[in-house]
Amino acid sequence: MLSAMQHPLLFSRFPRHISSSFAKSRPLHILSSAQPTAGLSVADQSPPSNSQILSIRHSLLSGHFTATQLAESYLNRLKLTEPQLNSFLHISNNVLKEAQEIDDKIKKKEEVGPLAGVLVGVKDNICTADMPSTGGSRILEGYRPPFDATAVKRVKELGGIVVGKTNLDEFGMGSTTEASAFKVTANPWDLSRVAGGSSGGSAAAVSARQCVVSLGSDTGGSVRQPASFCDVVGLKPTYGRVSRFGLMAYASSLDASGCFGSSVTDAGILLHAISGHDRFDATSSKQEVPDYASQFISATFLKSRPLEGLRVGLIRETIDEGVDSGVKSVIHGAASHLEQLGCMVTEVSLPSFSLGLPAYYILASSESSSNLSRYDGVRYGNQVSADELNSLYEDSRAKGFGPEVKMRILMGTYALSAGYYDAYYKRAQQVRTLIWESFKAALDENDILISPAAPSAAYKIGMMLTSSVIFFFFLLSLSFL
Amino acid sequence: MASTFFRTIQTHPFLLLHPTAVFRRKNGVLRCTMRSTQTQTPTQEKQQSPQIKFSPQNPNKTFYEIPKGYEAIIGIETHVQLSTLTKAFCGCPCNYGSQPNTSICPVCMGLPGALPVLNSKVIEFAVKLGLALNCKLSLNSKFDRKQYFYPDLPKGYQISQFDMPIATGGYIDLDLPVEFGGGHRRFGITRVHMEEDAGKLLHSENGDYSQEITSPTLQYVFCSFMLIFRGSMVDLNRAGVPLLEIVSEPDMRNGMEAAEYAAELQRLVRYLGVSNGNMQEGSLRCDVNVSIRPVEQEKFGTKVEIKNLNSFSAVNRAIDFEISRQVLLHSQGQGDQIVQETRLWEEGSQETFTMRKKEGLADYRYFPEPDLPEVILTKEYVNSIRNTLPELPEMKRRRYEKMDLSMQDVLYLANDINVADYFDATIARGADAKLVANWIMGDIAAYMKNEKLSINDVKLKPDELAKLIASIKSGTISGKIGKEILFELLAKGGTVKGLIDEKDLVQAIDPVEIGKMVDKVLSDNLKQLEQYRGGKTKLQGFFTGQVMKISKGKASPGLLNKILLEKLNAKN
Ligand SMILES: [Zn+2]
Repeated sequence: MLSAMQHPLLFSRFPRHISSSFAKSRPLHILSSAQPTAGLSVADQSPPSNSQILSIRHSLLSGHFTATQLAESYLNRLKLTEPQLNSFLHISNNVLKEAQEIDDKIKKKEEVGPLAGVLVGVKDNICTADMPSTGGSRILEGYRPPFDATAVKRVKELGGIVVGKTNLDEFGMGSTTEASAFKVTANPWDLSRVAGGSSGGSAAAVSARQCVVSLGSDTGGSVRQPASFCDVVGLKPTYGRVSRFGLMAYASSLDASGCFGSSVTDAGILLHAISGHDRFDATSSKQEVPDYASQFISATFLKSRPLEGLRVGLIRETIDEGVDSGVKSVIHGAASHLEQLGCMVTEVSLPSFSLGLPAYYILASSESSSNLSRYDGVRYGNQVSADELNSLYEDSRAKGFGPEVKMRILMGTYALSAGYYDAYYKRAQQVRTLIWESFKAALDENDILISPAAPSAAYKIGMMLTSSVIFFFFLLSLSFL
Repeated sequence: MASTFFRTIQTHPFLLLHPTAVFRRKNGVLRCTMRSTQTQTPTQEKQQSPQIKFSPQNPNKTFYEIPKGYEAIIGIETHVQLSTLTKAFCGCPCNYGSQPNTSICPVCMGLPGALPVLNSKVIEFAVKLGLALNCKLSLNSKFDRKQYFYPDLPKGYQISQFDMPIATGGYIDLDLPVEFGGGHRRFGITRVHMEEDAGKLLHSENGDYSQEITSPTLQYVFCSFMLIFRGSMVDLNRAGVPLLEIVSEPDMRNGMEAAEYAAELQRLVRYLGVSNGNMQEGSLRCDVNVSIRPVEQEKFGTKVEIKNLNSFSAVNRAIDFEISRQVLLHSQGQGDQIVQETRLWEEGSQETFTMRKKEGLADYRYFPEPDLPEVILTKEYVNSIRNTLPELPEMKRRRYEKMDLSMQDVLYLANDINVADYFDATIARGADAKLVANWIMGDIAAYMKNEKLSINDVKLKPDELAKLIASIKSGTISGKIGKEILFELLAKGGTVKGLIDEKDLVQAIDPVEIGKMVDKVLSDNLKQLEQYRGGKTKLQGFFTGQVMKISKGKASPGLLNKILLEKLNAKN
């Protein structure tokens, strides 16, 4: 589903609130570098000029600047902005060292990977061996996994530098990043508003240029919605496209690692880097990974109606009542833009769409109640002293989990209990099949479907704190596909 | 043949270990029971010695009869630990007896973000056992999560199979031991499913294990991952080891039948090579469900589960104890005191004790394991496995039965696949089945027992055993000599021919030569000859012995007797 849309509130290229404080920092020349990069272009055509990843590669290889200089400038910016944003839970100590290694390689004319020198933020529910990984939960405070998630491993192998671990709603459960056990991430465009969630830290970090791209995870909109709130490109890949190995499980049958970038090209390059079958994830797809980014070409080389004949379906149920008029006008604006480019845009109805949310809620809660059983206080976090086994579990979990997580565990446990399983879990699975079928039918008629990623722009911090459940029922960026 | 009749007596080294052994004949079958309170030991089981029927146990328990008017209903859940090289869902080796927490990884530790990936060997072994148990295989099955909290369960759930097990609706055929009356039985198999094992709680005897943990952060260091709760340490070496759970129909009626069911299951998994089946090590674990009811009653009585059964005789005795306990309660009008509960068998006191009462059914909140794809089997795959199945115990027994072997022989030979293979290899070289059976069950079994060897360890190979038997049959050597060189062959190897040549053991079969020896003995013992001829015919044995002595045992016994009798009676 295409959910890239222009932010309804702000159209400037940089967040206004924090850009003023950048005056002191060194100018990020890479951001203005617009030269096409040699070597990666489609034959006779130039790649898009707005890709930071491609620009960085070009600049590093041409000696325009070094990876160390680049890293320093990002770290400076991060240092300046972080006190206001709180996008990160942990910042790596190895960034400059890793950048130096890339510079050494370039100096020795050794091959460097396509992500060489690219600073990548990683959502804190994705495991990293050299940094803490807490999933935003008190119960994993200080936990250091003994391994890198497959997505992280692949990023590193291609030369990417993990700059730090980004904030999130505890275990990905939430949509404002306010449910983090540690801090609340502010929206870079308006510090009084939320960054969205659950991958709020990853979205804000890219939006504020604290890093080049970032990894997030999306179970029920957790990449798409914060991307929309922070005006960056968020990409939630098809389930199975990216290995989940090392992604702390929330709802295993829905979880997907996704990408944030400041351009579609960057998100595409990052997706290409992390995609593909993984022998450590039995649900990862064996389908070949297309080179998404090489198919992108610069707009200047396109004919006037490049999308001629493309059938676009605008999902009617996502622009119904309950959706902000600003959002509606932006999505309609996007639709007419697509029409100008040659698309045939029609409204499509997905009758089962409204069933999606309750079904999602039951399935995700059920699976999470199971996935979170392992945090029993015997092994992780602060083991409370207890005389008896049951109280060890109870006290550790009572202290370690936040209210949102507890609520979902309770709901999930209930839905899976004997006597309720058929009415809830099983029925939700049937609904899931229905929704899958209706999406498939709509996609038989259309090449792509579009919808807003969220029914409104970012809310004020604190507004949604008490009504996270209710909020879910308004959340639209929800897809089982 | 001499060896036939003396077989049991020649096992004297074995008998000496159990001086209270009693032999009696019933229905023409030799039965062996031991008056000994000694229970089966681990070493006995590891040797794969014949189970139950030769194990020393209290005959009173063995022949326990359920009081008239009552019937016991017994079903068994068996967990078999598979002998795959690696665990079910990760690459850790399945190491027995290694240091705690040395065979672990993020997956079997249940670390956040780690995912299970199914070891295809587990499927293969499950299909093998499913076929061997005559089950219907599910071409589509799946894994589910069984959820409960316990420190030895690192994920808070066990990956198992709930409503779509890999195999259902089979049966197991077995022959009851002759000493228990014999007879053939067919017990139903409800289902076979795949699952993973949990870890183990190690309880320290003095103080606790927390001394080994110097800092709380060490808990996060991979190599020294230890799980502590009040002086108990969790060892996760076993966590994730693949199991097959086999659920029987409630078809057994007494402890002996249940023990035989378990023994046949052990035989099957060993034949198939899917598990070592050792009960003492916990590779084969039986939980039995026992209920009783008056015979005229249709409704089942309240089911009691018994755990901690580490041997077949424990299965037998625990069930018989439990039946008598329940019958007693019932007959005293206290049937309501039989409650749904789990009881533990205490080997020391030979009793079952309440472990925990079950208040309603435990709710494991099963749901499909989302981390694993469905298990899809093709018919071709199933057939390819079917074609690799070995001849199974039941087929072997039926084949041996047709060789005119006694049921005692049949059961002994088919009990251990290695013994059966040895037997088959020997008869394949033309040896007579009954003779081979006698040698294996007699001197060879005794030798193995003494030396604590398995049949694969003995140096005498089937080829030479066949030659040894042929040499006796052809008269080249006497049975007595044959027996002597057997022990040499068992211990040192070598060939029959080599030994015969080396020791000049060829039997004297020249009647003239034997006649000369007889003459010499008779003339040397005129007094005895006179007594013999005076009617003391018992002295024949004396003369035979004397001739044997001067022939250094080489005189053919048949020929010797014939000539001796002729000469003894000639001048009468
Ligand atoms: Zn492992």
